[in-house]
Amino acid sequence: MSRTPPSARRSDAFGPGLDDTGCHILHIDMDAFFASVEIARRPELASRPVIVGGLGNRGVVSAANYRAREFGVNSAMPMVVARRRCPQGVYLPPDFTAYSRVSKAVMAVFAEYTPKVEPLSVDEAFLDVSGSGRLFGSASSIAAEIRRRVSADHGITCTVGVAATKFIAKLASTQAKPDGLAVVPVAGVLKFLHPLPVSALWGVGEKTAAGLARLGLRTVGEIAQVPPERLRATVGRAAAAHLHELAWGRDPRRVEVTRVDKSVGAEVTFETDVAAPEELARAVLALAQKVAARARRAGVAGRTVAVKIRYGDFTTLNRSRTLPEATDVGRDLYRVAMELVTATVTAPVRLIGVRLEGLSPAGDGWYQPRLGEPEHGWRDLERTVDDLTARFGGGVVTPASLLGPDDTPEPKGGRRRRD
Amino acid sequence: MKLRVDRDALADAVAWTAKSLPVRPSVPVLAGALLSITDGRLTISGFDYEVSSQVTLDVSADSSGSALVSGKLLAEIVKALPAKPVDIAAEGSHVELTCGSARFTLPTMPVEDYPALPDMPGAVGTVDAAAFAAAVAQTAVAAGKDDTLPTMTGVQIELTPSGLSLLATDRYRMAIKDLDWRPDDGDLEVTTLIPAKALSDTAKALGARGGDVTIAVPDASAGGVGMVGFAAAGRRTTSRVLDGQLPPLRSLLPATFAAELRVAAAELGAVARRVSLVAERNSQLRLSFDSDGLVVEAGGAEDAKASEGLDCQYDGEPMKVAFNPQYLLDGLSAISAPQAVFSFTQPGKPVVLTGGRLSEDDTNDYGGYRYMLQPLRFDS
Repeated sequence: MSRTPPSARRSDAFGPGLDDTGCHILHIDMDAFFASVEIARRPELASRPVIVGGLGNRGVVSAANYRAREFGVNSAMPMVVARRRCPQGVYLPPDFTAYSRVSKAVMAVFAEYTPKVEPLSVDEAFLDVSGSGRLFGSASSIAAEIRRRVSADHGITCTVGVAATKFIAKLASTQAKPDGLAVVPVAGVLKFLHPLPVSALWGVGEKTAAGLARLGLRTVGEIAQVPPERLRATVGRAAAAHLHELAWGRDPRRVEVTRVDKSVGAEVTFETDVAAPEELARAVLALAQKVAARARRAGVAGRTVAVKIRYGDFTTLNRSRTLPEATDVGRDLYRVAMELVTATVTAPVRLIGVRLEGLSPAGDGWYQPRLGEPEHGWRDLERTVDDLTARFGGGVVTPASLLGPDDTPEPKGGRRRRD
Repeated sequence: MKLRVDRDALADAVAWTAKSLPVRPSVPVLAGALLSITDGRLTISGFDYEVSSQVTLDVSADSSGSALVSGKLLAEIVKALPAKPVDIAAEGSHVELTCGSARFTLPTMPVEDYPALPDMPGAVGTVDAAAFAAAVAQTAVAAGKDDTLPTMTGVQIELTPSGLSLLATDRYRMAIKDLDWRPDDGDLEVTTLIPAKALSDTAKALGARGGDVTIAVPDASAGGVGMVGFAAAGRRTTSRVLDGQLPPLRSLLPATFAAELRVAAAELGAVARRVSLVAERNSQLRLSFDSDGLVVEAGGAEDAKASEGLDCQYDGEPMKVAFNPQYLLDGLSAISAPQAVFSFTQPGKPVVLTGGRLSEDDTNDYGGYRYMLQPLRFDS
C-alpha cells in the first residue's frame, strides 16, 4: 500500500543488528497486507502470484504479493494492466471485513508493548517505545518480538524500521521490505539518508522531484548541501524549510496516539458510467451509510457533507454543504449528499464519493435531537446495525433499496461473507 | 426626466429600495434602481426576481420619464449628500445629480431591459407595523438556515378572521407568535410561507416607520398563493413565497405541563453567555434547579469548566436539563420579557419558553409568544 520504494542500495548504514541507542520509534508496515491475509487463510496460494483488488474493468490493484511484483504488478495499478503482465496470477476481490479483523488483532499486539501507537492505516503504524525498555527490552528486540508474534499468530509478515524519528523509521522499513527489520543508528542517520533519491523525502512527489532535478538535485544529500533559500523558487518557502530539515534527518513529529482525522469519506468507481438517478441514489445511500458508520466508530460527528463527482471524461466536481448541527447519522448524510448530487450531476458519472468534514468529537455522548424526536430514532437504528455488523460482519443489515436481485430473504447469513 | 427632491426623503427612499437589490445580480440590470416620474411623483424600484421593493414620494418634477442607475452607488451617494435639495436630471446616457455644489454623473442602464415588477396582490387586512416587526423578529430567529430544507427557511403566516400567526422552526426549536390584526374580510383563511430573511428585512423597515402595514395576498381562487405583499405609506414590497408548509407545529405544544421554572430573563441570559464561554461549539449548557435556585454549568471533566448560580422560582422535583447554548440564548432574547418561564413535561422532552412579568406594575402583555426548544440528550 505504500508508495513504490525509492530505488535504494542496501548499505551498512542500516540493518537488523545495529546500535539502537536513542532509537525509540518503530514504523511497522505489513507486507502486501491484503494479499498476505488471503494467503494466510489459503496457504496453497503461497507460491503463486496473488493480486487483490477490484476485478471489474476499472478495478485497481489494492495489494500484490512479492511473487506478483516480480511480474511488475504493483498496488494502485489498473487491474487490466496487472492481468496483462501476470496472466497466471490468482486474482481475488478484497474482503475488507477479514482485513479489518486481522488489522485490529495486529494493532492489539502493538498495544501490548506500548500505549503510544499511532495507526496510519489498516496495515501501518508508528510506535513510540521510549517507556517500554524496562519491561520489554530495547527497541530492536521489541521490533523482533512483534515480528515474530505477528507471523506466528496471523501467518503474515511485517517489516519494522527502528529509528530516532518517525521519518527515518518509515524510510528504514521501506528499505528493509519485505519481512525485514532495520535499525538506523542515531550516528548513522546521515550516512543512511543522504544517498537516497529526493523522492524518499516525505512531501516530494513526482512533480517536486522533477523541479528539484532541474536544479541538479537528485539525492537527499544534495538537498542537504543547498541553502533552503535556493529551493524556495521551486517548492515554496514552507516546503523549502521542511525539505531542508528532513534532509538533515530532523523530524520533530511525535507519535500521536489520538490522531484526529480531518474527514471521513468513501467513494466508488462504477463499472460503466452511471446516468440513472436511482442507481446514483443507491450508490450515494451505500456510501452515506458507510461513512456514517466509520464516523460513529471513530466517535466523531461532522457538520459539512461533501460529495465528489467524476464524469466519464475525468472532469471532477466537488460540492459541499454545512449543516446547523453535526451528524453521524447515515440518513442525514444521504439526504444532504443526494441534494448536492441532484443539483450537480449533468452527465453520466464515473466515480462518486461522499465525505463528512468539519469533524468534532461526537459531543461526549450529548446530541441535539429534533423537536419531538422519538427517544429511539434513526440514530439508534444505525447504532444497532453497527453492533450487528461488529458481531456478524458487514452487510448483515442493509437498507432494502441496496438489496440486489439475488439477495434472497433466506437466513443464509450476510451476503458479503465469502469465507 | 428632471426633478428636485428633499435630501432626507430621497435618502430614506433609496435606502429602502437598495436593500432588496441582489449582491450578485444574475443580470446586470437587477443591480439597478429604477427611477421613474409620473404625475409629479417619483417611484424608485428594486427587484431581484424574488423580492421587489417600491417607494413613491412627492417631488417637484419638470418632466416625466425614467432612468435606471446602480442602486448601490446611488444609495451611497445620497447618504453622503449635504442637507440641501437634490436635483436629478437624465441627460442622454447619464443621470446628473447635484446637491449644493456637489455634482455626480452616473451612467444609466437600458430601462427597456428592466423586468416588470409584479403587481401588488389584493389587500386582505392591516396590522400594527411595530407589533408586526417585533413578531417577525421573534419568530424568524427559529427559522432554519439549511438550504437543503427550504421549507424550514421560511416564516409561515397564518391569516384568519380571528388573528394573525407567525410560525418558524429549524427542527430543533420553534417559535409561534399570535397577534391581532384587522382583516378586511370575515372569512379569510390563508397560510403562506415567506423566506425568513426577506420577511425580516421588510417587517423591520416598515416597523421603523410606525403606523399600519397592509398585507396583500393573491386571491386563492385564482390558483396558488405564489407571492405576498406588504405596503405602508408609499412603500410596498412583494416577496415570492416558498413551496410547502411547515409541519403542524401547534400540535407539538403540550397541553399541560408538569413543572414551571421562572427566572429573570436578562440575568439568565448574562449568566448563560458567561458560562458558555467554556462550552465549545456544539456542546451543552447544563441547567440544574430545585426550590433553592438554579445553577448553570458548562465544560467537562478535562476541559475548562464554569458554573454560576442564580435565583429562581421553582417548586417541583429537582431537575436537570441541557441545551445548545445558542438555542437557549436566542429564546431568552426572543421572548422580549423581563421574566423567562420554562415549562416542562418530562425529562428529555421539548421545553416551552414564554415571557412573563417580574413586577405587578408592569402592564405589558407578553402573551401570544411561545419558543419551544428540544433539550440535548445523552447517549452513552
